[in-house]
Amino acid sequence: MAKTILAVDDSGSLRQMVAFSLNAAGYQVIEAVDGQDGLNKAKDQIVDLVLTDQNMPNMDGLTLIKSLRALDTYKTVPILMLTTESSDEMKAQGRAAGATGWLVKPFDPKRLIDVVKKVIG
Amino acid sequence: MLEATKEQSSDNQLQSMSARDSNEFLAFTLGNEEYGIEILKVQEIRGYESVTRIANSPDYIKGVINLRGIIIPIVDMRIRFNLGNPTYDDFTVVIILNINGRVMGMVVDSVSDVTTLAPSQIKPAPEMGSVLNAAYLIGLGTLDDRMLILIDIDKLMSSSEIGLIEQLTS
Amino acid sequence: MTIDMSQFYEVFFDESDELLAEAERLLMALDIENPDPEDLNAIFRAAHSIKGGAATFGMTDMTEITHVLENLLDKIRKNEMALTMEHVDAFLEAKDIIKMQVDGHRSGGKVDEDVVSEMKAKLQLLSEKGTSPAVAAPVVAKAAPIVAAPAPVAEVMQPAVAIPEGSKKFVIVLPELSEKDVSNLADELSLLGDVTRVNDAENKVSLTLITEEGADDIVAICSFVLDPDDLIITEQTVDQAVAKASTNVDDDDGFGFFEPVAIAPVAAETQDEGFGFFEPLENKAAIADVVPSDSTTEAKPAATQVEASVEKSAAPKREAPKPVASAETTSIRVGIEKVDQLINLVGELVITQAMIEQRIGAVDHVLDERLLNSVNQLTRNTRDLQEAVMSIRMMPMDYVFSRFPRMVRDLATKLGKKIEFVTDGASTELDKGLIERIVDPLTHLVRNSIDHGIEKPDVRLAAGKSEAGRLALSANHQGGNIIIEVSDDGGGLNRERILNKAKSSGLPVTDTMPDAEVWQLIFAPGFSTAEAVTDVSGRGVGMDVVKRNITAMGGSVDIRSAEGFGTTIRIALPLTLAILDGMSISVGSEVYILPLSYVIESLQPESADIKEISGQGSVVKVRDDYVPIIPLHQMFNIEPKYTDPSKGILVVLQVEDRKAALFVDGLVGQQQVVVKNLESNYRKVAGVSGATILGDGSVSLILDVSNLLRSSRQLHADTATH
Repeated sequence: MAKTILAVDDSGSLRQMVAFSLNAAGYQVIEAVDGQDGLNKAKDQIVDLVLTDQNMPNMDGLTLIKSLRALDTYKTVPILMLTTESSDEMKAQGRAAGATGWLVKPFDPKRLIDVVKKVIG
Repeated sequence: MLEATKEQSSDNQLQSMSARDSNEFLAFTLGNEEYGIEILKVQEIRGYESVTRIANSPDYIKGVINLRGIIIPIVDMRIRFNLGNPTYDDFTVVIILNINGRVMGMVVDSVSDVTTLAPSQIKPAPEMGSVLNAAYLIGLGTLDDRMLILIDIDKLMSSSEIGLIEQLTS
Repeated sequence: MTIDMSQFYEVFFDESDELLAEAERLLMALDIENPDPEDLNAIFRAAHSIKGGAATFGMTDMTEITHVLENLLDKIRKNEMALTMEHVDAFLEAKDIIKMQVDGHRSGGKVDEDVVSEMKAKLQLLSEKGTSPAVAAPVVAKAAPIVAAPAPVAEVMQPAVAIPEGSKKFVIVLPELSEKDVSNLADELSLLGDVTRVNDAENKVSLTLITEEGADDIVAICSFVLDPDDLIITEQTVDQAVAKASTNVDDDDGFGFFEPVAIAPVAAETQDEGFGFFEPLENKAAIADVVPSDSTTEAKPAATQVEASVEKSAAPKREAPKPVASAETTSIRVGIEKVDQLINLVGELVITQAMIEQRIGAVDHVLDERLLNSVNQLTRNTRDLQEAVMSIRMMPMDYVFSRFPRMVRDLATKLGKKIEFVTDGASTELDKGLIERIVDPLTHLVRNSIDHGIEKPDVRLAAGKSEAGRLALSANHQGGNIIIEVSDDGGGLNRERILNKAKSSGLPVTDTMPDAEVWQLIFAPGFSTAEAVTDVSGRGVGMDVVKRNITAMGGSVDIRSAEGFGTTIRIALPLTLAILDGMSISVGSEVYILPLSYVIESLQPESADIKEISGQGSVVKVRDDYVPIIPLHQMFNIEPKYTDPSKGILVVLQVEDRKAALFVDGLVGQQQVVVKNLESNYRKVAGVSGATILGDGSVSLILDVSNLLRSSRQLHADTATH
């Protein structure tokens, strides 16, 4: 069965690009428009991987990661931060929040799929 | 509908290439005379249905009808050119024209057929002898023993003679 | 697998438009002294989002400017810098420039690169100005590849770490240049590739550039700024670059895992590549397939190797388009002709449905109860469907109005005027086709009001007016029309000057012409009364074009003006395709629609209340008012059922402050009708504003009430003089 990925990004074009690419690679993708939406959708269905943007309205990526990690169902689900910043500070914050890894924006579809494959096969 | 017309006209591309040599005309009668108009200007042929009169318009403009959601005017050529007997019954025919995107209906006595005329069969229209000004005629078409008065329908319908389109005033 | 990125462009452009519009709205409303942190965050996020998208979709020009913009916004939102008016002005300007870039990418619109570079430099300067020296280390505006691996300011000074295959690294030692020139040069060079700035010990500035281009291109670019002979350009060898790069593995990785992940040793793989410390992505994908440890990686793997990978090719790859299933979207773009087709089809459905409803009257209500219920259901569904379909084409006037606050602000500043701008009726809906076409005329009128109408503060004060002029834009429905007004409390039109100008232009005028006719003169081609040609509205389209555009939409323009008190320009547009609340009335065998909004009441008068006035027709006494009677059958030459008003019905109508009673045979009913344009295939008809299709499929004409009132006066005036 296809693995399901939750893609959280406030930018519709990037979200579409992510969803489209991952679909093409055989993954199922659930899209969410911000952290709050992502949290709700993650609760509705337990996914195999969460990809989240950092800077979003309503709830940012770090808060989403923390909120997910607080749920029993998301203790071990890999979460990747999509971020335009690769500063040590951001990495430290991400690690502290419970992210599995990070992927620096911009990335192209191949790169995204490649990283996702490394994480969930 | 418009869609279909467009497709048709693109299908007719090849045909109109050969139209240099011969043209297709829809033949119809008004009174005792037989007329022809280019078939490409004809969108469809319908029976006469009741129209909504437009106040203070010339008598030959019968009014407007609803043609699948668009409002089009109906002109009775028999009245305009004093030809034939303007009766309206189940056999009265309306030719729906599409002239540069403007759609209008033209009431005639009857429609006979579509004929193909080679250039050699088309003679210049005489200056006199027709109810229509020669400026609105393409010429006279002869086919065996028939003679068609070929109308330049674009010119006629856009002219002040019909008054369908507001004339540009300064 | 290749994915055609261009399929996401349109979404990105729309998204950028929305973000820019939102940012502008927030900027305009920002309290400079005490900005709302949430608003600042939202503005930051807009720049950030556009930057992210632009980088992803390879629109590097947009990435560059949004990057500097974002930096500056970031400082302000983090309170490292106080917000000033200068910032807001710059942000608004930047918004326009980014919009220009978006349009450039979208439709090949012209992008003025000089303006872009100036803006970048300006934002850069602002960014450096207000911060502590530690933060304000010289930052070179960066090209996309640098943004692609963004680094905090401190890291910018480090040498770039990876040289993609096919690229070379050049060191360009610059002669003494102003800070601005260096920054401009760096910007220019960033078009070629990845630029880094290095200050050496003697305080000489050099730039390193990683590019696929040759030294000649560098010289060509530099020659815009300085004499190429003063340049020293050296190409760095691959070994040097790799050696440098190798010290920086951890700093510039594009992604990574916080927890250990089992990944095959990357170093070994890339060593084989020979060049480029970081393996190219294409190869990596292949490796992922063949190296078991990659594909079997679990969520919690165990090795410690950190994957380091950066794809740094300067130009984004344009992959070959490939037919693909459409992606999910929250909005779709469809051609307007499809919508129109839908509207026509629904119109037909409504008529068919009405026919069914008429015929159902004949069936047995007890025996066919289920059929009746189904038809009722169909009626409801049809009505809902019609409303939904009609709403597709309707847009609020806000679409037009929302672009004016910014324009008014900019123009007022430029002209040294103070203007209070108000709008009313922004939610009034108008057909999309019309709303798009009204933008240009309205823009011209608003510009005119600001430029020629509203006076400078000192002039206003001297005239005893408030310092700030008032400019109002309003929209509302009046019967079959939407009325849009541009109104200012400025100097008003100067009758004498217009007449003089008209005389000198050879227009037929007299000194006794009524004001309304004098004002219409300014619509004559080439007419302008402005004393000096200003670049605001003295150029470009004139009022004649405004009038022509509005007339082409089937509308009309009127001017009211009082010298010293201001000018109001009133545009009346027909609601083509709009729905109208109508009252159907009958005269003889004909049925007409009256726009309900003009109808005050309808009554059957007593004979005693009707008075004949010699030469002026008859009037009816309605309460204490005498209202002129317009017999529709006379206006339209119809054989009526009644010729005595006391037998028929009088419908009292009001247009502005004028009342009249339309004499008809009877009332048929009230209904919403879809307004159809009569002029698409016919011509304008006096007394008729449009047509509609009734339930039985027949056409009914919609009466043009104001025209009827006018022509009835004309009729009486004519009969009076004869």
